[in-house]
Amino acid sequence: MEFVKERLLGGKEGARGILILAVLLLIVFPLFLDIFRLNLVGKYLTYAFVAVGLVLCWGYGGILSLGQGLFFGLGGYAMAMFLKLEASDPESTKIQSTPGIPDFMDWNQLTALPWFWEPFNNLFFTLIAIIVVPSIFAFIIGVAMFRRRVSGVYFAIITQAIALILTVLIVGQQGYTGGINGITDLRTLLGWDIRSDSAKYILYFVNVVLLLGVIMIGKFVITGKLGRLLLAMRDKEDRVRFSGYDVASFKVFIFVLAAAMSAIGGAMFTLQVGFMSPSFVGIVPSIEMVIFAAVGGRMSLIGAVYGALIVNFGKTYFSESAPVLWLLLMGALFITVVMAFPNGLAGLWDKYKDKLNRDSLKNGFRSLGKREKTFDIKWPKITLPKFRKKETEVKGVPSNIRGDHA
Amino acid sequence: MLEQLRESVRRDEVFSFLKPSPSPLLGKNLDTSHGPILYLEDITVEFDGFKALNNLTLTIDDGELRCIIGPNGAGKTTMMDVITGKTRPDSGLAYFGQTIDLTKLQEYEIAQVGIGRKFQKPTVFPNHTAFENLELALDADKRTWPSLRFSLTAEQKDSINETLEYIGLLDCSTMLGKNLSHGQKQWLEIGMVMMQKPRLLLIDEPIAGMTHQETEKTAELLLKLAGDQSVVVVEHDMQFVRSIANKVTVLHEGSVLAEGSMSEVQNNQKVIEVYLGE
Repeated sequence: MEFVKERLLGGKEGARGILILAVLLLIVFPLFLDIFRLNLVGKYLTYAFVAVGLVLCWGYGGILSLGQGLFFGLGGYAMAMFLKLEASDPESTKIQSTPGIPDFMDWNQLTALPWFWEPFNNLFFTLIAIIVVPSIFAFIIGVAMFRRRVSGVYFAIITQAIALILTVLIVGQQGYTGGINGITDLRTLLGWDIRSDSAKYILYFVNVVLLLGVIMIGKFVITGKLGRLLLAMRDKEDRVRFSGYDVASFKVFIFVLAAAMSAIGGAMFTLQVGFMSPSFVGIVPSIEMVIFAAVGGRMSLIGAVYGALIVNFGKTYFSESAPVLWLLLMGALFITVVMAFPNGLAGLWDKYKDKLNRDSLKNGFRSLGKREKTFDIKWPKITLPKFRKKETEVKGVPSNIRGDHA
Repeated sequence: MLEQLRESVRRDEVFSFLKPSPSPLLGKNLDTSHGPILYLEDITVEFDGFKALNNLTLTIDDGELRCIIGPNGAGKTTMMDVITGKTRPDSGLAYFGQTIDLTKLQEYEIAQVGIGRKFQKPTVFPNHTAFENLELALDADKRTWPSLRFSLTAEQKDSINETLEYIGLLDCSTMLGKNLSHGQKQWLEIGMVMMQKPRLLLIDEPIAGMTHQETEKTAELLLKLAGDQSVVVVEHDMQFVRSIANKVTVLHEGSVLAEGSMSEVQNNQKVIEVYLGE
């Protein structure tokens, strides 16, 4: 019991946060949104898996990956391959020159199912592959990079390049992957129609439960010694290394964990949206996912979920009313968050809460035995050119209404 | 070729890949039967033609407190880097105890076999409390999975509190690292190195920037440490070195210039020329 409370929920405060989120996602949204909007929320929540992974890997581990779309895509594609094979039974594809293979293969003059598609006939294999394939991928990237002590901006650029490479590969190998259109026209999961309203409801709830599970795994990691080590590594890597820890293996671990989380999100995306395409793999979606985490607060697992929801609500709203403006707004949002609220929404919330608790704060730190929860985050400093303000002294006006604080 | 094969299938030796990698326990069973705990021979390190260390030969005995002095650029920090695996020597031998070849180990492995290092600039974890700083340094299984499931035993808690008392930070145990004063950070880092239960402590300029009282307290700390562990201190402040050291090594241009008690070293003509006389 103690274990569940302290490690999985993150203490009393963490438990409250998870409870509020669970009530919102499991009760409030399904009651007040129609199935179209709810399905949309479900789609946004699949991005939240990636954002939660980024909180662990970027916020705590200090590893900024701009290629999380890669793992999201791998998970999504694994799911899509299973669904596509089920949708391509010989009966419904009898007009093709080779019945029984996915339609895009037939259009690309393939006459047999490629070997790597074969195991995806099996649901059990697919479910394992969704987690294991991206994890292996992340493991290889992680070992190759972290053993050589590649970090910071260099790591970010390399992950971005890898995401781009995978996109190019998917688009180029049309016969094997469905190309730029992706894998579309997915209908059933073991005979169960995933496009029906009832299926959408069920998938939404499965998605939310999985997301809450992933958050708890994240809590388990960050509340333990490993979480403290990650934070320590971010701040003073050498000290951790000379204390006898193999820094590279910790980085690989957290990177793989984040990748596996992203992959679950990808698979849920395919199930709820009904297709998967390279436009969810490449550079732009990968950077958007970092923005979700940044807006929500990169030190807060739950904040990341709200970040994903709010940014995507904004995206949907603005692309319905003013599509051209959206990209600019997104950029402005990112810059505002970086400059004004480096800890994102979660940081704002903490500040507001601190104001309420100001009385109980003494000597700059909280009551003994409780750790302080302020984090020093180093964002790149952006200095704007300063414009000299003309002195317009108004005599007789008290200084506090003169606008000097501007 | 044949020679190599014969070497690898020698009957009195286990295949090297079958040998267990150094475990955290190794430091405790360190073989120091012949006296020295650290043995450096003919170590040379070259940076772009500049010899930072030039045939450096140095031995440190078990339980000794040794001070190393020398002008800037004498190679003091490079020597520490070689011992802790941060820099690989171009040639030479570096052994810890009788059996552990330091040039073959990674930095974290060297820390695990029992060499602790305190950096020149105080390096503590800024966003962790003093207690957590020590907890992270604590001698425990430091692999990934055990760290994930780790929880402190009562004994470990006691030993952390003991160390906090020892370094005089018991009252600040819940303060964040970044909020400690400069001197407190230095002590905390010494405490962290102690938590590793090392057999050899390398301490780089412990009193730089300290007040007089803080310096005295640090000297006391280091003197208490020596005996159970070997301690190597690199320091510029001669007053401080005189107050703690019984044996001093003078480095100059990457090799040992003189060695002996403080008064011997101070009267050494060569030392006066390069260092003390200036």
